Amino acid sequence: MAKKTTMDAARTTVKAGNATAPAGAPQNAAQTARTPQNAARAAQTPQNAAQAARTPQNAGQAAGKPRNTQAAGAESNGSFPTLEVRNLSISFGGLKAVDGFNVVIEKGQLYGLIGPNGAGKTTVFNLLTGVYKPDTGTIHLDGKNITGKKTIEINQEGIARTFQNIRLFKDLSVLDNVKVGLHNHHKYSTLEGILRLPSFYKVEKEMNERAMELLSVFDLDKECDYKASNLPYGKQRKLEIARALATDPKLLLLDEPAAGMNPNETSELMETIRFVREKFGMTILLIEHDMKLVAGICEKLTVLNFGQVLTQGDTSEVLNDRRVITAYLGE
Amino acid sequence: MTKNKVRIQNAVTYGMVVLFWVVIQIMDRTGHLTSLFKGLLVPLCMYAILAVSLNLTVGILGELSLGHAGFMCLGAFSGAFLTNCLETAVPSMGLRFFMALILGAVVAGIFGLLIGIPVLRLKGDYLAIVTLAFGEIIKNLINVLYVGRDVNGFHFSMKDTTSLGMDKETGVVLIKGAQGITGTPRAATFTIGILLLLLTLFIVLNLIHSRAGRAIMSIRDNRIAAESIGINITKYKLMAFSISAALAGMAGVLYAHSLSTLQASSNNFGYNKSILILVFVVLGGLGNMRGSIIAAMLLTALPELLRGLNDYRMLIYAVVLIVMTIFNSSPKAIEIRSMVLSRIRGGAKKEVA
Repeated sequence: MAKKTTMDAARTTVKAGNATAPAGAPQNAAQTARTPQNAARAAQTPQNAAQAARTPQNAGQAAGKPRNTQAAGAESNGSFPTLEVRNLSISFGGLKAVDGFNVVIEKGQLYGLIGPNGAGKTTVFNLLTGVYKPDTGTIHLDGKNITGKKTIEINQEGIARTFQNIRLFKDLSVLDNVKVGLHNHHKYSTLEGILRLPSFYKVEKEMNERAMELLSVFDLDKECDYKASNLPYGKQRKLEIARALATDPKLLLLDEPAAGMNPNETSELMETIRFVREKFGMTILLIEHDMKLVAGICEKLTVLNFGQVLTQGDTSEVLNDRRVITAYLGE
Repeated sequence: MTKNKVRIQNAVTYGMVVLFWVVIQIMDRTGHLTSLFKGLLVPLCMYAILAVSLNLTVGILGELSLGHAGFMCLGAFSGAFLTNCLETAVPSMGLRFFMALILGAVVAGIFGLLIGIPVLRLKGDYLAIVTLAFGEIIKNLINVLYVGRDVNGFHFSMKDTTSLGMDKETGVVLIKGAQGITGTPRAATFTIGILLLLLTLFIVLNLIHSRAGRAIMSIRDNRIAAESIGINITKYKLMAFSISAALAGMAGVLYAHSLSTLQASSNNFGYNKSILILVFVVLGGLGNMRGSIIAAMLLTALPELLRGLNDYRMLIYAVVLIVMTIFNSSPKAIEIRSMVLSRIRGGAKKEVA
């Protein structure tokens, strides 16, 4: 079974390489251009120096749209990669779940994190979102150090995620699920809410409009009154993405978005993810086992095995790497 | 669409309470109320307030608290204490009662906040155990508390009246340990009770259907997800818990002003009381405020109204409990209910057409 998947993956790789070529081309170019620096970084160059050196190259990429999040100060002027993780490690007891994890994700990239079961992929997500505190290493979001911050602070800095096992607010309506996501962007005090002052009606109206806008992007607007738990599985996945987007993140983490989906649903999901990236200019990091999806939409990949980075680079290269195939299938 | 639905639901709840008030008023005017039932009216309101406020913790926040009687006890004693203290300073009984209500709510709310900070880190059974213990501690502390006042000011003791060491001429003992507070004016009336119940409903329902309420319910449904989208868990847990405590404190003040002697006995504020309120909440449906009110009123009135039946009283009470549970929670019963409802609605629509 597993073998077949990989073969499929290998076959689709060629196609995917072609398909993503137009979108990925400039970035790939930039990536190649940066290779010497990667080497320099590996040689433990002081971080700031490395970042300064990289600035001119990224300037071209940084033409992205201005964001309306509470920008993280003057630092986040776009000359930094959206996510830069260095030497991230955590152990649980004697087990090194993640060991020396590095990744650089540029703005607007669709980045894949793959690896066999138990490789530490979800642990990486939990480290990025502050569920676990790393033993070593740093996490920079848009050039701002967010290492060791709390989950809610990290969300306010601009990382939102979905979960491997769907975690919706199951007794709330679909609309309310998204409105909870808008919590930190449309505010009125609790007292204003209880006394039903005019600001309550005004902000609630804004929230409803924004939430319906998001729901209609995911084709969920007709179901806005449903209880979240009454949605079919595929739509629950979509709602989770919509809720994460409601927090207006800079980086979206998707943990196995295609888990439990049939091929039709998966290809629909691929479209949705692509659409989200284009429509919101979103940077996306996703964990996925479905090689077809990974090969189809990810521009770059990092492969984890036993908590360590096995290899990283362009999708087509990584998927044809012998070590990756070995990691999935064994010797 | 949803918003209108919510509005209608809330209007029905308020309407129900107002209707109850009107019916009781009419019965009172026409002389259909027995003195036994008249004595029940204030407790009915009190239990309804307690049930609604506990439902905020249990049904909306999703944490099992068994210390509700403790908060009620705090409110009752601080309220009654204030009314007695200000007897000469503020002659108007109504004003004193009003001040007592506010003080009772504030004191209970502050304690809710203080206790909530350590306790809300616990989950499920542990939270229940700690809140249960809290309720008992409060009750027992007040049971041995002596407070008196003389020209020099207030005196406190945990031993007895004489150890207060007060001036013989001007000294007045306000709280007499196990004998509690005596001489509180019986200012609580049914109308005030209903007004307080409406106030409670107003606060709780508006809170639930606002930004804060959604945050609280998101914590109940999935704490990890709520955290991941930037909801401040501690803040909203404490908010729900302390508002719930404050409203219980208010109910306590109402209770204190319906008795001439207020004692911190296990009959009044013991854990049985907390369990009783929890029974109302569970029977009325978690998160269902209207259900809480109905359950509280029905189950408070029932044992008293059935007093004539002596031995069969508790039997009927038990049967009612079982029937209510089935009606509210059994999947089959819910199915039948929704079928009947849709048939009624379908009929109404046809008529309109």
